[in-house]
Amino acid sequence: MSALALAAAAPFAPVDQEYLFEARQMQALSFAVHIPLVCFGIAFPAFVLFMEALWLRTGDPVYRTIAKRWSKVMLALFAVGVVTGTILSFELGLLWPGFMATFGDVFGLGFTLEAFSFFVEAIFIAIYVYGWDRLSPRAHFLAGIPVVIAGFTGSLMVISVNAWMNHPSGFTLEGGRVTDVRPLAALFGNDYLWHELVHMYLAGYIVAGFLTAGVYAWGWLRGRRGRYERVALVVPLTVAALAAPVQIVVGDWAARVVARDQPAKLAAFEGLHESEAGAPVHLLGWYDGEQVRYGIELPRLLSLLAFHDPNAPVEGLEEVPANERPPVNVVRVAFQTMVGIGCVLAAVSAIYLFVWLRRRRLPRSPWFYRAVVAAGPLSVVALIAGWVTTEVGRQPWVVYGHMRTEEAITGAGGIPVGYASLVLVYAGLIASVAWILRRLARAPVEVRQQ
Amino acid sequence: MTLAETPLVLMLVGLTAYAVLGGADFGAAFWQLGSRSETRREHAYRSMGPVWETNHVWLVFVLAICWTAYPEAFASIFSTLAIPLFIAAVGIILRGTAYAVHAGTAREIERQTIDAVFSISSILTPFALGTAIGGVASGRVPVGNAEGDLVTSWVNPTSFAVGAIAVAAGVYLAAVYLAGDAARAGHDDLAAAFRRRALASGAVTGAVALAGLLVVTLDAEKLRGGLFGWPAILAIVASPAAGLATLELVRRAHFEAARYLASAAVAAIVVGWALAQRPELLPGLTVEEAAAERPVLVATIVGVAVGAVVLVPSLVLLFGLVLRGRFDREAVGADGEPRARRVALPRGPLAGLAILALAVGLPLTLVPDGGPVQAVGVIGLLAFVAVGSVALGSAAAAVGGRDEDG
Repeated sequence: MSALALAAAAPFAPVDQEYLFEARQMQALSFAVHIPLVCFGIAFPAFVLFMEALWLRTGDPVYRTIAKRWSKVMLALFAVGVVTGTILSFELGLLWPGFMATFGDVFGLGFTLEAFSFFVEAIFIAIYVYGWDRLSPRAHFLAGIPVVIAGFTGSLMVISVNAWMNHPSGFTLEGGRVTDVRPLAALFGNDYLWHELVHMYLAGYIVAGFLTAGVYAWGWLRGRRGRYERVALVVPLTVAALAAPVQIVVGDWAARVVARDQPAKLAAFEGLHESEAGAPVHLLGWYDGEQVRYGIELPRLLSLLAFHDPNAPVEGLEEVPANERPPVNVVRVAFQTMVGIGCVLAAVSAIYLFVWLRRRRLPRSPWFYRAVVAAGPLSVVALIAGWVTTEVGRQPWVVYGHMRTEEAITGAGGIPVGYASLVLVYAGLIASVAWILRRLARAPVEVRQQ
Repeated sequence: MTLAETPLVLMLVGLTAYAVLGGADFGAAFWQLGSRSETRREHAYRSMGPVWETNHVWLVFVLAICWTAYPEAFASIFSTLAIPLFIAAVGIILRGTAYAVHAGTAREIERQTIDAVFSISSILTPFALGTAIGGVASGRVPVGNAEGDLVTSWVNPTSFAVGAIAVAAGVYLAAVYLAGDAARAGHDDLAAAFRRRALASGAVTGAVALAGLLVVTLDAEKLRGGLFGWPAILAIVASPAAGLATLELVRRAHFEAARYLASAAVAAIVVGWALAQRPELLPGLTVEEAAAERPVLVATIVGVAVGAVVLVPSLVLLFGLVLRGRFDREAVGADGEPRARRVALPRGPLAGLAILALAVGLPLTLVPDGGPVQAVGVIGLLAFVAVGSVALGSAAAAVGGRDEDG
């Protein structure tokens, strides 16, 4: 009787799904393709507008040429971002109906509001790009501003949902159904939101900045060192170079919030098995299920980083049952990759800022330009590693502490077929994007003199 | 209309907008597929280029409201209809990629290849979405996690009929819009070509819609009762009437009026379906039962209302510019020049401000654990990046842009 009542109460009771891992991989692939495009959605409009502002102030046509050429890239990447983002929302239902059926009403408002950001972004990016030479300079510049704002509000809405998944609140769960839903509290009354938002928003500027600068650093190495190229190099590089060191401070803040709200995730960052005061950090190495082997131990560093106190007690993985621990090595390697690359990027930034502030010129060593070329792809790796850190670190929960990922999954078959199809389609998409970017870059630069 | 039904009405508005606007975008690709004329293909891209992304967002809007306000219905639909919805998703990726790469095509062979691949996807997507709607309309999606048949839920007469109507309507709408855009831009040959296509595809669409109605009445018993009952019957009569009137407007080359009336014909179909199916969303699940709790519904409706305050003027601006032909004319240089001032940018105060923001932001972010003080710190750090970028970026652009190594 009670089982029957429960079945009647919860039509989305967990199902048997053979391909949970493939479904997670499919979601991760879709995300990994989308998120670098998001960085361009966040930051690139600001770069373009900055160039246009320089043109409006100085009348120097080189700025206008850059802004106009970049805006074509912006539009192409936005188009791909639009469709890959849509796929993510489809997959929420296609792969995780258990999650959506149970919790869609709690966090759904975030996506409803995001749709409006998305509308504003799409509308004004079109007006901006198609409006070159067709609107007055001032109107054209103003048309770009909503794009930048919508890039921020869109990030805010989407990340409010992710923050809620990591630190859920604003509802009561009774017998597999949520009641007493408070959507605004769930999304925006969540103190897990702000560090995630700032961390991602800065990441957008770092990734877009280094990737864009990297293109012109590559050109510099091959002898393309004209004024156009140098201006196009320094502006995104300056933004990224200021954001990258700040990102380390924001990362420290994020780690402290994780230590407070998700101790098991923090323990997985390090592979800390037993709770201890004055916990160390191990560089590299491998977690064997009980301890980190072959790592370089830095004593007390984990306590210091997580609580700003070298003797603070840190909860180990042993505090949670074995079936509630995330896959430690994936999280650990991803975390160290992100932090390691973050430090390299900050170092490259420091060199650039130092040379600029001391000598008022660009560094001259080709090694600097090689480093900037490498910084672009490295920042993308760090971006994805960061998301792996937080999302794999959330496992085995889809809604932290409330719903396990296997309770969320679809009962439909054919996940491997869908996954394989998506791999093919995304391979084609990446090839197409690479092709169009090369094409746009090859078009001859024509600076119209006045 | 009850509170529980209000989000559904918003969804239907979104669905109509997507069918009328996004549908035409897919339809434009159909005309590219069938066209050997370079001008006609280019015209389709130019016409849809500024608006397709915006049109596409309506789909995201519909989905987001659905999973917020009717989460179990959304999950039931997406799990049972996984196959057609996945096909639609793939089609959407391909269509978007086509727009992204179109700007870079230089040679005829490239254009033809891209057009061919992506036009097929453009037919597939509305057809697949139509079959999914047909599955819901004919009561083949039960409540639950993939509880329905993964194949027959969308491979059935009603689904295929709705899919065919979706494709045909999009093709027709596209022809009407493209004719209108061509006429406005003064391309009379193009306008005439698309006028002929609009008349032909309009006749076909009408026939497909009537045949579809027949199929649906034979296949979906429950829906039949609703469709021919009051008040759905009004919509069933209004749609073909509007459709016929549109054809007459096209014949007289009143393309702008035809644009709106054609949209009304599509809207009537959506409204008719909704009224016919009322009060059930899925078999055994009424809208009232499917709806989320009151605070969620209120938050959704208020959220949409607030969003609309921003969205409506923005849409009016974009479509105003497009429909007044501001994006049609060739680029003109004359009004594209600023009053060149060649002024030096003030850098000193900005750099000072950036350093101040850093000095405040760093300790206030690092020391407190949460709270408003830390929030001030974080804002300080962001201000440092923003103001510093402006100060240093403009200086670096000016100085770094100077020839230095000859």
